[in-house]
Amino acid sequence: MRRRRGGIAWWLVLLLGVLYFFLPLYATLAFSLKAKPAFAAYTNALADPKLFSSLGYSLAVGIATILTSLALIVPTAYWVQLKVPRARTAVEFVTLLPFVIPAVVLVFGLVRVYSQPPLPFTHTDAGSTILLVCGYVVLSLPYMYRAVDTGLRAIDVRSLTEAAQSMGAGWFTIIVRIILPNLRVALLSGAFLTLAIVLGEFTIANFLARPAFGPYLNLLSGFKAYEPAAVSLISFGLTWLAMIAIAFIGRDTRTRIEIGGAH
Amino acid sequence: MGFLELTHVKKQFGVFSAVEDFMLTAERGEFVSFLGPSGCGKTTTLRMIAGFEYPDTGSIKVDGREITNLPPNKRNVGMVFQAYALFPNMTVAANVGFGMRIKKQSGEAIRKRVGELLELINMPEKADRYPYQLSGGQQQRVALARALAIEPQVLLLDEPLSALDAKIRVSLRNEIRSIQRQLGITTVYVTHDQEEALSLSDRVVVMSQGRIEQIGTPFEIYNFPSTAFVASFVGTLNALQADVVDASAGIVSVGGQQIRLGRPLGAAGARKTIEIALRPEVLTLREASPDANRLSGAVDRVTFLGSIVRIRVALDGGGMVAFDTFNNPHLAVPADGERVTVSFPPEACLVLDRSVEEVEAAVAGAEESLPQHVDSESDILP
Repeated sequence: MRRRRGGIAWWLVLLLGVLYFFLPLYATLAFSLKAKPAFAAYTNALADPKLFSSLGYSLAVGIATILTSLALIVPTAYWVQLKVPRARTAVEFVTLLPFVIPAVVLVFGLVRVYSQPPLPFTHTDAGSTILLVCGYVVLSLPYMYRAVDTGLRAIDVRSLTEAAQSMGAGWFTIIVRIILPNLRVALLSGAFLTLAIVLGEFTIANFLARPAFGPYLNLLSGFKAYEPAAVSLISFGLTWLAMIAIAFIGRDTRTRIEIGGAH
Repeated sequence: MGFLELTHVKKQFGVFSAVEDFMLTAERGEFVSFLGPSGCGKTTTLRMIAGFEYPDTGSIKVDGREITNLPPNKRNVGMVFQAYALFPNMTVAANVGFGMRIKKQSGEAIRKRVGELLELINMPEKADRYPYQLSGGQQQRVALARALAIEPQVLLLDEPLSALDAKIRVSLRNEIRSIQRQLGITTVYVTHDQEEALSLSDRVVVMSQGRIEQIGTPFEIYNFPSTAFVASFVGTLNALQADVVDASAGIVSVGGQQIRLGRPLGAAGARKTIEIALRPEVLTLREASPDANRLSGAVDRVTFLGSIVRIRVALDGGGMVAFDTFNNPHLAVPADGERVTVSFPPEACLVLDRSVEEVEAAVAGAEESLPQHVDSESDILP
């Protein structure tokens, strides 16, 4: 009897979870479908070239952010794990700072420092985009670092490094041919989280006046009723597609490495 | 001049002295083992030869070439690790050929050499497997082939059998020795397993607390230990307190029973009491030659262990000795409490310079002085 009651409780919890996550989605979908004729919100949203240009811009910035993050974080996390494991606590603390420093504070700092000589980045579009990428690198630091660090902990970094060294490999070869391939799933996790953050980010892009997806969605909601809901669902669908792509790419890792990072 | 030379090598980690004044000369093709308890400095010394650590002082030479401060990838030294360290993203063939690809050898040469090495380790059919598809023993054989592929001047093995079960350990041990003999490669092998060290090596370096206790052939190390540490660490022994009766004649008294040591006592004779040790295999209850030493006592306990029978005898006047005899259904095993006489040849007595208790206390002290989180020697490395 008790076991049966426990089973019902579990189903209730599951139901509550499903409702919690899917009710807002359903409400958004229902609201977006109120536009007449049917699916008008979707056809209107997809007909707006700014949707694709802002999505394309955010995607490009996202890729630049991922590459910059990887170039900074993989060697750093690898070096910390290999040579200065005692510094791990300090490095973890630094990577957590974006959680406690609001994005608005970060962007004000960036604008203040980089809007005047000798580094007038905000004076040009390219400069502002570079600043945006740098800001996003900071924002994605906790996720990317954790993903990479978890991936590194899952492999015997020291032995693999020393084995490669004893066979004549230098640092570049070791990172490119030994470490990176064995971090594939962890890197994909970190990359996906970074992309998700970049696609949905509003504050930094808005203050730097960049034509990104976040500010576009905000602008759209200022003068349209149903289209923002449709665009939100489209972006949600794209995020899910990205997740499926990662699961697909990472399905045959040929290693016993656990998927790293926060999911 | 030897092929591998370590001269006055010293290494310190903070206040912990890992290796002190290490001196070793190994000949080309020689198999040398470093044997000792955790924290004795054997792995640190091996890592200094590999280039993963650099000595504070001293020099390391291979074939006359100074390699003390060379990075590991410039030394041409092959290494096999306890944890195999195969690259998980590569097949067996790719793992074995990795070093040759780094050296930019031709694809044909790599294929040929990889094939030869896989034949050598009896795994030609596993070339396309990934490490996770292999057993521990197979992974370690691949690791050995990978280390050999670069044709290293020196092969280093860091407790390569520790992670394997007993049966595989013995078979792989024999395989390692036969491959080493076949290739004639100078090899340094680190282990804390005395059986491994004694069965594999041309010479054994016994280490304790960062120092070399003795270097010798397995026969010398076992039969003629030069320190109490070596005597107690290598093999088992019976330690007895003895009063010096006549130092020049080598006569001592164990609980009132006089025995001859077969040689003068030397420096140890200056003391009133000394510690002597007897290997279990030199003791017998059977009739011995007239010049053999004899100690009488009563059987304290007889333990039946299948193929062997362990007999413990409480000697008259104090002291205890234990020894094994092969089981034989026709052999009369003494009963508990039965009066017996234990015989042994005079030359079988080992005179210890420190008591076994002192040595054990020193070893325990060394292990306690390791950092708290350390449980194996490789962990003390920063």
